[in-house]
Amino acid sequence: MTHSLDTATAREIVETALRGVVPDARPDSIDENAPLRDEFELDSLDFLAFVAQLSKRSGVRIDEADYPRLGTLADCVRFLRDR
Amino acid sequence: MPSLGADMTEGTLLEWLVKPGDTVHKGDVVAVVDTSKSAIDVECFDSGVVTDLLVHEGSTVAVGTPLAVIGAADTAPPPPEPQHVPVSPIVRKLAHETGVDIASVRGTGRRGAVTKKDIEHAASARRATPAASRRRVTPHARRLAEDLGVDLDSVAGDGVINAADVRAAAEPQPDRRAVSPAGMRETIAAAMSRSKREIPHYYLATTIDMGPCLDWLHEHNRAVPVEERLVPAVLLLKATALAATKIPEINGHWTDGGFVPAPSVDLGVAVSLRGGGLLVPVLTDAAHTDVPTLMRRLRDAVSHARTGRLRSSELAPASLTVTNLGDLGVEVVHGVIHPPQVALVGFGAVMHRPWAVDGLLGIRPVITASLAADHRVTDGAVGARFLSIVGQLLNHPHDL
Repeated sequence: MTHSLDTATAREIVETALRGVVPDARPDSIDENAPLRDEFELDSLDFLAFVAQLSKRSGVRIDEADYPRLGTLADCVRFLRDR
Repeated sequence: MPSLGADMTEGTLLEWLVKPGDTVHKGDVVAVVDTSKSAIDVECFDSGVVTDLLVHEGSTVAVGTPLAVIGAADTAPPPPEPQHVPVSPIVRKLAHETGVDIASVRGTGRRGAVTKKDIEHAASARRATPAASRRRVTPHARRLAEDLGVDLDSVAGDGVINAADVRAAAEPQPDRRAVSPAGMRETIAAAMSRSKREIPHYYLATTIDMGPCLDWLHEHNRAVPVEERLVPAVLLLKATALAATKIPEINGHWTDGGFVPAPSVDLGVAVSLRGGGLLVPVLTDAAHTDVPTLMRRLRDAVSHARTGRLRSSELAPASLTVTNLGDLGVEVVHGVIHPPQVALVGFGAVMHRPWAVDGLLGIRPVITASLAADHRVTDGAVGARFLSIVGQLLNHPHDL
């Protein structure tokens, strides 16, 4: 990658992507280490939509092999920041 | 008034989205209708010009009642002359140069006249939303997006962006389209009670090796953009639809004391809603729909169901329903058939289990497919054949 995201920007992208999939989600009110799929009742279609939004908003290519690294809010922020 | 489910006898017209004089195309959303389960966007099944609206907003009418008259484009009366204020030549020239449709711009000048500044503003808005400008947006939707501060680029859905899409993309707000949980519960209760009262269910289940499917999916998904990735559920749906074409006794309705096979496989897909409750949008003719298209339609239907924006075409009567509870970790589904259908197919979670192949034990991803079927129509042997075909099809995902 030619650029990297700071933590605040990465966090904002993750929260916006989540709200795009679950419009009434309040990402600021959950434990950032809680499993996202459980917290927001994401099924496989929701998760795919979430990944698509993350990828589009951050410009980071996300492969299926990366999914295990997107388990929690904190994981997602770390993933985007470190790419 | 379209029939939006087997149990629907009447509907309330909540809102007209067109008026006499409007040109409509087949598939355009023209009205919103309230059923006991949800508010539904009703799509037009013909193209032409609306000449008359026959049912007033707020009226409840029986299924089959004509709602509007659509005339051929050339014979219809001209639309009422809009009260447009003359547009100055300079503004018109600027609009032409910047590719802005003057009719879609809300004028801020005297008596609502469109000014040069309005055009410049509209042109910069277009530049700011490149993806949306490539898609068709109805003038009303564009104005509404401006009023509500909605970024057209973020509006979901394919085809023409209409006012309903923009409203849905705006901040969630309680409105009259909200689903009534009590009404939905009542509808589900009535249908399921009738099912258990009238249908002698029998149940079968089989375990299927999902290895070939998942390998194929990984290969496919690696090669395409994120938006075009597939989920396993879409292969399960396609395999079910194809198997139903080979065992037509599974696909149809129990009507007037006998079984009537359906001419196509119209798959109902049970979608659980986040606040509780269930909607079953329909993927029509799923057996003849290619997998990427089926995926797109599945994604749209689930999204529409969860945002209370189902379209009438997604609520055509299903001929067979599929429930996939795998995402919730469930292993086996013992389904309840949706009358007047005669079967329900269930899928559990993909689990890694010890599995013997050619005498060798390995760990494989497996899934349990189950069938609840109506014993008045089929016997266990027919159901077993159906599940066996589903399994064979899932072993050859490239043929789906």
